[in-house]
Amino acid sequence: MSDQAPAAAVTPAEATPGTPLLDVDGLTVRLPIEGIHRPVLRDVSFSLRQGEAFGLVGESGSGKSMTARAIDRLLPAGAQVKGSIRFDGNDVSALTGAGLRQYRGQAAMIFQDPRAHTNPVRRIGDFMTEALRTNLSVPAGQARARAVDMLTQVGIDDGERRLQQYPHQLSGGMLQRVMIAAALLTKPRLLLADEPTTALDVTTQAEVMAILDGLRREFGLTMLFITHDLELAAAICDRTAVMYAGQIVEIRRSSLLHDDPLHPYTAALAAARPDIAQTAHRLRAIPGRPLSAFEAPLDECAFAPRCPHAQDACLTAVPGLTETGGGLSRCVRTHELRGKLQVASDA
Amino acid sequence: MLVASLLVASFVIFGALYLAPGNPISALSGGRSLPASSVAVLEARYHLNEPFLAQYWYWLDNVLHGNLGISIVLRENVSTLIASRIWTTAGLVLYAALIIVALGIGLGILSGLRPGAFDTSTLVTTAVSAAIPAFVAAIVLILVFAVKLGWFPALGNGTDFLSNVRHFTLPAIALAISSLAIVARVTRASVREEGQREHVQTAVSRGIPSRQLIRRHVLRNAAIPITTVAGITIASLIAVAAVVEVAFSLNGLGAYLVASAQSKDLAVVQGISLVLVTAFVVINLIVDVLYAVLDPRVALGSRAQ
Amino acid sequence: MTAAVPVTVRSTTRGARAVGMLRATGPAGIASAIIIAVAIFMAIFGTWLAPFDPITPNLSLAWVGPTGAHLLGYDFEGRDVLSRLIVGARTSMLGPLAVVLGSMIAGALLAVAAAWRGGTLDAFISSGLDVLFAFPGILLAVLAAAVFGAGLTAAAIALSIAYMPYVARVLRGAALKERSQPYVAALEVQGASGPSICLRHLIPNIMPLIVAQATILFGYAMVDLAAISFLGLGVQPPEPNWGVMISENQVGIPQGYPLPALAACVCIVAVVIAFNVLGERLFEQAQAAPR
Repeated sequence: MSDQAPAAAVTPAEATPGTPLLDVDGLTVRLPIEGIHRPVLRDVSFSLRQGEAFGLVGESGSGKSMTARAIDRLLPAGAQVKGSIRFDGNDVSALTGAGLRQYRGQAAMIFQDPRAHTNPVRRIGDFMTEALRTNLSVPAGQARARAVDMLTQVGIDDGERRLQQYPHQLSGGMLQRVMIAAALLTKPRLLLADEPTTALDVTTQAEVMAILDGLRREFGLTMLFITHDLELAAAICDRTAVMYAGQIVEIRRSSLLHDDPLHPYTAALAAARPDIAQTAHRLRAIPGRPLSAFEAPLDECAFAPRCPHAQDACLTAVPGLTETGGGLSRCVRTHELRGKLQVASDA
Repeated sequence: MLVASLLVASFVIFGALYLAPGNPISALSGGRSLPASSVAVLEARYHLNEPFLAQYWYWLDNVLHGNLGISIVLRENVSTLIASRIWTTAGLVLYAALIIVALGIGLGILSGLRPGAFDTSTLVTTAVSAAIPAFVAAIVLILVFAVKLGWFPALGNGTDFLSNVRHFTLPAIALAISSLAIVARVTRASVREEGQREHVQTAVSRGIPSRQLIRRHVLRNAAIPITTVAGITIASLIAVAAVVEVAFSLNGLGAYLVASAQSKDLAVVQGISLVLVTAFVVINLIVDVLYAVLDPRVALGSRAQ
Repeated sequence: MTAAVPVTVRSTTRGARAVGMLRATGPAGIASAIIIAVAIFMAIFGTWLAPFDPITPNLSLAWVGPTGAHLLGYDFEGRDVLSRLIVGARTSMLGPLAVVLGSMIAGALLAVAAAWRGGTLDAFISSGLDVLFAFPGILLAVLAAAVFGAGLTAAAIALSIAYMPYVARVLRGAALKERSQPYVAALEVQGASGPSICLRHLIPNIMPLIVAQATILFGYAMVDLAAISFLGLGVQPPEPNWGVMISENQVGIPQGYPLPALAACVCIVAVVIAFNVLGERLFEQAQAAPR
């Protein structure tokens, strides 16, 4: 969890101005749920600089996956999108046809469950080289050669043989590595990793994470890393955003997130994780259950009902994002609570 | 497995001789009285004085050599009688199968890929036509297209290939109509379902053009259940063809089977039953093979239920 | 373990439950049920309700169109079509009933026995049933007609045998699922015998599925039996029967008298659709039933 910039790539620690690779501004998404359009994302804004690893953390229903899908234009039919998403300065929602396909090649997505996300009746080789052969018109032989090469980079050595196999013949961890390799083949500039290791067992998780992190740095890729695990995000991301009920509630340098959180929810998340090094008398759970965006009231802070620091001011309006100490926080009491939020671990 | 089915089926068909009331001779003769010489011929041919299983063995042996016995009514070889009629039935079933595959699967795909007015109207039409039995369809088709509109002949076989096509069109439609509806519905459902799958999302996220997407990921995967249902449906046409043949006075195996059953010409009934059951089993075998070819997760012989 | 494990779901009375199930099938289901009820009513009381004699021919009146009380006119032998349809409901409904009862009872017994015992018995029954799949229903019925002579009985028995593997396959799956429920183990531990558990608990709990299956099957049986009667191998004339009526009046169509044949067609199709729709709705309910 060091905040030292590694030698191979430039990863600025603080948010500095410059042309961002990905700029999300005021993204609000409504989806038809049981016939009525309801919000799933509310006013989500953040920017990613070239080469930066950015974490997006939240519980289920927080909208983190939906954000990634919105960026890759993979929202379900009937979705209403407001706000802008700009990739390299271009408005993503205006893209169509060939432009859209090209963009999707540039913004590669890695999904959570590799087995569900690979076509069971097509061989691995087909899966990996499909985008190369169709969009980039790479000849089949060359595409296969590149695929084998990339497989070696993700730690699969007998690439030639694997290309001939079908997904059901590979383990989950191996399949996820294949998915990562396939995503990298089109030489994307942005990686959207949607909980890539959640569906894997713990030892495999560590391996796959190491590969993902290593390759990202090696290729200098910008990555949006989505997870429910705060510590995992902190381990490989430079900055991390925390989401709750479809809104961003905090953006901060990852290293500070645990020790100096700005928002009560972040503090609660960090505290809820059992610490193997400490003896706790009881697990610290957050009372209540996480809200989805469409369940949250529109005129108060969404976290207020579960927040130990809530006051009347929190119930008057949705708090805006306040800048504090190099980060952003959606809490009206953020200045006064600064420094007091890391909960004493032996309380 | 299917060979076992065939064997048992042949055993049942053979055993029918003994289930008949009276003795085998009266069954074979259909209750007619025969001169002693004919009785002796029958006894020798069917080895009636030997144990049951031995008789089955002789009979099976004969069958495998193409000797299906002699028709009591027409006094000809059953094999010859079958051979002269088999193309009518085969042609009818093939024609109907073509309609089912082209229209059924075609409508299903179009309907599955485009939600909207077309889809709803297809759903309604198929819901109704799925319940129309072949002989009802035959009656209505004859009434509307043969009698009232005069576009097609109402009865009988044609003389050459083209006139055969004309004569077989209404029967093929009658035979196909309810199966077509079922295949269309299953196709539509499969296409819809495959379109929702996550691996399709992966391909979309990598910028695969939609035409390719539909061909290589949606249709290719939906082909598995579609082929299975189409195959089973076509196999079931074999039996229903008899009804259509009778309704349209076509000179096919099915109509001949029915006539022989009425005249109790048992050898013919056994022969035709064997042919039809074999065809049924063979088609099921082809479906099994196709299923294993289309789905690499499945080993041959284990069609998942 | 304190609370008693509920073993069989019996809510209010059987009648109230049936009405509840019916109401849940929606307007289409209720409309179908009404059509079926009318058909059953005609099947039972037809002979007394028919306004005219359905059997005695009167060739001078052949093919005469609808007049006065003869709403559907006369058939090829000068008999009142409406009366023949009403009386014909009996054989047209009775045959399928016999087929459904036969195949469902045999199929259910085999399926439950296979699911209960498992092991070799299951393998034996399953492969035996797999073999039966090779015989399409109509073919078996024709074979039976050739051997035993044309008639409704032989055809009905043949169809029961042909349908049995389908029933058994569906019910075996459900029985297997039911067998692995905890209450079954609890009953076994208490010392209840296999057959008693099956009869008093297992079967009643898969009853919604059985009813749904039977309803759907009735539609198929009706089509197949009508086809067999149409072929002349089922119900024999002059006995009124919808399938027979189609075949005997078919000659009228090219001559310009389609009504008798068409009327019989409509009866068959209406009742079959009704059974299909009701059966499908009941099936959905059976699948969605809470445990």
